[in-house]
Amino acid sequence: MTTIDHGTSPLQSFPVQRCPFGPPAEYARMRDEAPVVRVRLPDGRVLWVVTRHAEAQRILTDPRISTDTTREDFTSISGGHDNETMAKLHAGMFIDMDPPEHDVYRRMLISEFSVKRIKAMRPGIEATANELIDAMLAGDRPADLVAEFGLPLPSLVICQLLGVPYEERAYFQSRTRQLVNFGSDPEAAIAATEQIRAYLDDLVTRAEGDPGDNLIGRLVTERRATGELSHDALVGMTFLLLIAGHETTANMLPLSVLTLLRNPGQLAELRDDPSLWPGAVEELLRILSITDWAAFDRMAIADIEIGGTTIRAGDGVYVLGLAANWDERAYPKPGDLDIHRRARNHVAFGFGVHQCLGQNLARAELEIALRVLFDRIPDLRAATEDFNFKIGAPIFGLYDLPVTW
Amino acid sequence: MRIIADKHTCIGSGQCVLTAPDVFDSDDDGLVDVLDSEPDPAHEPSVREAVALCPSRALSLAVTAPDPRRAH
Repeated sequence: MTTIDHGTSPLQSFPVQRCPFGPPAEYARMRDEAPVVRVRLPDGRVLWVVTRHAEAQRILTDPRISTDTTREDFTSISGGHDNETMAKLHAGMFIDMDPPEHDVYRRMLISEFSVKRIKAMRPGIEATANELIDAMLAGDRPADLVAEFGLPLPSLVICQLLGVPYEERAYFQSRTRQLVNFGSDPEAAIAATEQIRAYLDDLVTRAEGDPGDNLIGRLVTERRATGELSHDALVGMTFLLLIAGHETTANMLPLSVLTLLRNPGQLAELRDDPSLWPGAVEELLRILSITDWAAFDRMAIADIEIGGTTIRAGDGVYVLGLAANWDERAYPKPGDLDIHRRARNHVAFGFGVHQCLGQNLARAELEIALRVLFDRIPDLRAATEDFNFKIGAPIFGLYDLPVTW
Repeated sequence: MRIIADKHTCIGSGQCVLTAPDVFDSDDDGLVDVLDSEPDPAHEPSVREAVALCPSRALSLAVTAPDPRRAH
């Protein structure tokens, strides 16, 4: 299964729980030790983690690194799936494909998430943010910023973009939560995946009969009709976009609010000069690194020399986004929030051909939502000192965030 | 300085468009369009940043021979 020499020194066990606002102490120790370090999973398998920024970018752009989870020897942390189950769930899931197969699917979507297209969506995102804040201000205090703002904003935006009925959100949001918490229960994650796929299968079938003016409708008209895209692949692409459009911004937004409330000086600067928001969002993405390793499981398909170490063909490799984004070689005083820092080269969206397709949508959502929220509710503050962090979840966030004003 | 952009490698992240909007744009497919492949030296810092930020390594720079008409 793996050719990694177990050596004599005890290996760090992995994953390691993060501190709420930063990486675990083990990350700094491993990063000082070497740019790539061996770790042991709970089931005993051994793999490599990449700890430093430069090497993280190198690994994520190396064509000898595969993300094809259907490979028999792929060392996924969720592990243990039979190949038949994986293949069934794999159609259209280009996050788990290598070029050139990956590129065929990604290229069908690039124009939908281009800088121009996202710019055109900004007024709609701002209107949605204002409506949600209107409702929050009209409701009871304290309000839960996750349930009333952080989750509904990206959910409304992605549902409208894709053509998924927002009224049906309870079904796919609950299953998305099961899916992203796969660390605790792989079987439940597979069941959740199958249920969301079944829901989207039905939705895509309806769109094939009556394509609407939305992303799914356009793919039906432009790609299904021409035979470029199979029904199952369109379901898989829709699945990826729906999940990725939910559990990312929805976690970043409340965490960013809390982080800025803890840094009132920099929040005051942002209020005085809104042109600082784009830089602040990059810094928040860097310092929070909510996905850490979750989207960065890879496998070497040839021997790779890196940082004085040889990663052998067949070895599993995880890039630690949180460790790379806190690498002092790239970011002096990485634990200090600094909205003036040049943080745009962070790997919070990954790097290489799999870098987040929706990154510019995420940036727009965060910039607009944070600016509008702090403009509309200048005395916003947390209504608790005891926060429900998603400790141990593959994608970090807050289960809730009671706020008042 | 001459900019070389490979549309086959481009993944449309838009980092170049955001970094040096006078030099890069995205086409109808969302892929890189170089507006000015030999931009004024004033753009060099932002162009270099765009090259470094490109996640798929689709951008590179070639050194151009000095223009003899500008020689002293």
